[in-house]
Amino acid sequence: MAAVSMTVNGKAVTADVEPRTLLVQFIRENLKLTGTHVGCDTSQCGACVVHVDGKAMKSCTLLAVQCNGASIVTIEGLAGADGTLHPMQAAFREHHGLQCGFCTPGMIMSAVDIVNRKGSDLDEHTIREELEGNICRCTGYHNIVRAVETGAKAMAGSAPVRQAAE
Amino acid sequence: MSATGIGASVRRKEDHRFITGAGRYTDDINRPDQAHAYFLRSPHAHATINRIDATKAMAMPGVLAVLTGADLEADKIGGLICGWMIHSKDGSPMKAGPHPALAQGKVRYVGDHVAVIVADTYAQARDAAEAVVVDYTVLPAVVDTATATKSKTVIHDVAPDNTVYNWHLGNKDETEAAFKAAAHVVKLDLVNNRLAPNPMEPRAALGVYDKGEDHYTLYTTSQNPHVARLVLSAFIGIAPENKLRVIAPDVGGGFGSKIFIYAEETVCVWAAKKVGRPVKWNSDRTEAFLSDAHGRDHVTHAELALDANGKMLGLRAHTIANLGAYLSTFSSSVPTYLYAPLLSGQYNIPAIYAEVDAVYTTTAPVDAYRGAGRPEATFVVERLVEKAARQIGMDPARFRQINYITKFPHQTPVIMCYDAGNYNASMKKALEIADYKGFPKRRREAERRGKLRGIGFSSYIEACGIAPSAAVGSLGAGVGLWESAEVRVNPVGTVEILTGSHSHGQGHETTFAQLVSDRLGVPLEAVSIVHGDTDKVQMGMGTYGSRSGAVGMSAISKALDKVIAKGKKVAAYVLEASEKDIDFKDGKFSVKGTDKTLDFGSCALQAYIAHKFNGQDLEPGLKEGAFYDPTNFTFPAGVHIAEVEIDPDTGVTTVVNWTAVDDFGVIINPMIVEGQVHGGIAQGIGQALLEGVIYNKDGQLVTASYMDYTMPRADDLPSFKVGMTTTACPSNPLGIKGCGEAGAIAAPPALINAITDAVGHEDVAMPATPKVVWRAAQKAVSKMAAE
Ligand code: FES
Ligand code: FES
Repeated sequence: MAAVSMTVNGKAVTADVEPRTLLVQFIRENLKLTGTHVGCDTSQCGACVVHVDGKAMKSCTLLAVQCNGASIVTIEGLAGADGTLHPMQAAFREHHGLQCGFCTPGMIMSAVDIVNRKGSDLDEHTIREELEGNICRCTGYHNIVRAVETGAKAMAGSAPVRQAAE
Repeated sequence: MSATGIGASVRRKEDHRFITGAGRYTDDINRPDQAHAYFLRSPHAHATINRIDATKAMAMPGVLAVLTGADLEADKIGGLICGWMIHSKDGSPMKAGPHPALAQGKVRYVGDHVAVIVADTYAQARDAAEAVVVDYTVLPAVVDTATATKSKTVIHDVAPDNTVYNWHLGNKDETEAAFKAAAHVVKLDLVNNRLAPNPMEPRAALGVYDKGEDHYTLYTTSQNPHVARLVLSAFIGIAPENKLRVIAPDVGGGFGSKIFIYAEETVCVWAAKKVGRPVKWNSDRTEAFLSDAHGRDHVTHAELALDANGKMLGLRAHTIANLGAYLSTFSSSVPTYLYAPLLSGQYNIPAIYAEVDAVYTTTAPVDAYRGAGRPEATFVVERLVEKAARQIGMDPARFRQINYITKFPHQTPVIMCYDAGNYNASMKKALEIADYKGFPKRRREAERRGKLRGIGFSSYIEACGIAPSAAVGSLGAGVGLWESAEVRVNPVGTVEILTGSHSHGQGHETTFAQLVSDRLGVPLEAVSIVHGDTDKVQMGMGTYGSRSGAVGMSAISKALDKVIAKGKKVAAYVLEASEKDIDFKDGKFSVKGTDKTLDFGSCALQAYIAHKFNGQDLEPGLKEGAFYDPTNFTFPAGVHIAEVEIDPDTGVTTVVNWTAVDDFGVIINPMIVEGQVHGGIAQGIGQALLEGVIYNKDGQLVTASYMDYTMPRADDLPSFKVGMTTTACPSNPLGIKGCGEAGAIAAPPALINAITDAVGHEDVAMPATPKVVWRAAQKAVSKMAAE
């Protein structure tokens, strides 16, 4: 067993894990944060994307012990403490950027990272290229692209995502 | 139209949990003390099992049990079933080989289930699997669809030539006569490539056994939990239905592959009792490639007969369909009744004859995948039609238009009676959106850049909401294809809708609530949709074949009618009027010609407190149920136009424009419908350009991960231009036709028609990878150079 400690969604966590425990297993099984998903075994689908020290990473491809001391944000930690959705979350909802929802946490975490890296003025081509590491089987990406465009603008504060009627 | 009613693009109610990570998929559910299952799978395509020795594995840490087919047999657990009986031309029933959940004596494909190891942790189970010794005698593999019946290797004793059935449909003599009279005959050989469905959530199961109650619960990734319970109870024999609860919670996509009742969930729920602990299994992606039922895999020769004016006279097709190593739950129906009845397309074709030979191979079972049979039919028809137009030198849009069916109802020569449609309207709109007129200019401009530009059409039709039950029963279906609904109005006027449909991405929590809100005049937030749990919803048939709108919502509509009728009775007492004078509109009961009203919530309360009427005259409460069995299939149809640009140096095809104009009948939520279209097109483009399951000659699956099987990614696809035309469906009360499969059906022929247009000949196979297209483009390049 190996001791790990890290900060996850602002909370300090420590645990003894088998050294072979993947970060995604640690998040899902030890911390019971099941919003992060596993869609493949070859680091291809991006369903497992979380932020490690502010960068999008595939949590199926990291060992928990590699993240000792790191600060992790998962999809559960993205919204405000009062429940206010992150602008990217709101944009996915507004633009119907999800259907079954399985790829969605990873998509949203990747999308936020794209904006962090590339800024908020993203054209369609850039968004599509940057989403290369996230597979969605449901949406055909059309609405995901719209969501990322809008979410990016909203993150810059220029155009808040309209709160839709429900 | 209200902001939340029928026709409004209401944002989805279910999204909040998905975007915040609060979705609850099967693998998110855990039971205290659960054990984990790992399936030991066959490494061989075909082998007899001489001996399984688990002694060493049993001694490994954490291992609770190693179970095999012999244990299933000892417990009298039956095999997996195929629920649709097909008869061959000679009247003999299809040859269904045994399909045990764990192999009994023989394995028949790589990934076939040999044994299950149950241990405290998944890692322990997986480690222990390596210590199970299996002595195999390897037999030859049978992989190729076209030649499976010629193989000397017998996969199932009941089918010595590997034939499941030789089936046919239509009128052979009339069709032959049509071809004799033809001025032109168009011929094509086509392969419909084998696909892996790949919902992003892998399959999973959690079996729980309660000893005190002698009761089982199965959490599973299913599109139809009630059908799963029926099969597990009545056929496989796990437990009687009243002792088995099946729950399909949030399900991360299905596309057909989660309709079927598989070995893994059967084994998990059975093993839970054997080991006395809950048993969990979660597929990894490679297991999904190996063992989820695949789709398509047809080899077809087809011909179209035309008269001198280009009018269609007849169509004939011979198809060999690969059903894999075992008959999966509905596999037999896919290349027969879901395929050949669609061979009339949108066209007036007086004579049609189709022959289908279904074969066994030593590959994973093949069953319904988005579209199921209809994409295969549409590929045949629309490739033939495009080639025909080229052969006789007519514009492909015009050629389609002169052959469209224009009068409804229209009885085709292959079972279907199309009830409504306006195919020309969709074509016209599509031509406009795609700027078809401007295409020659775009092509010339592309040529100047050294690119080959092509345009291709697909005028697809599909048959959705398969029904009525009596009709499908006469065609061999083992089940009825109705749907159930229950409307429970609570005393304060909030509403729960219990439905037998199952949402795994379709947004039922929103669209179904829109219908209810529209009809009862209650706010959307006051409506909850309950589905996916056999303890809550008594019975249902689930979601596939684009049936939930047309059939599932019609059942809700029927139950709502009953609620309103009962509400009128209650209102009549409360408002002291005659029942026949009570109107219901916008959430209010009123007495004709007066200003006396009772809102829906107050009516509900009155129904429950029952103070204003005598409980003997009128039953208290406000809760109604309905079963709805449609009168016909529905027939969504439309036109897709693909425009591509090919780089002849690399063979890379870029989809530069995509136009889809669909007629889905009445639409509840356009945003969700468009989303379904986008997703379907993406899967269709995937089939045409990128995806293909490949087994090598030894039956090893070469494409068993996302490193080898190309999934469409964001940068492979364009944005789509989507338009709608509407003819209401006369065969259900809501006028809905269904939209879930259209894109996947329409897209492959449109895209291949565009590529063949660009390269100037018909010889382009799916998937049209750069290698395929580069070869095909060389002819065009030499022609371009010569000019
Ligand atoms: S699960 Fe991490 S990339 Fe697929
Ligand atoms: S929404 Fe289902 S995989 Fe993306």
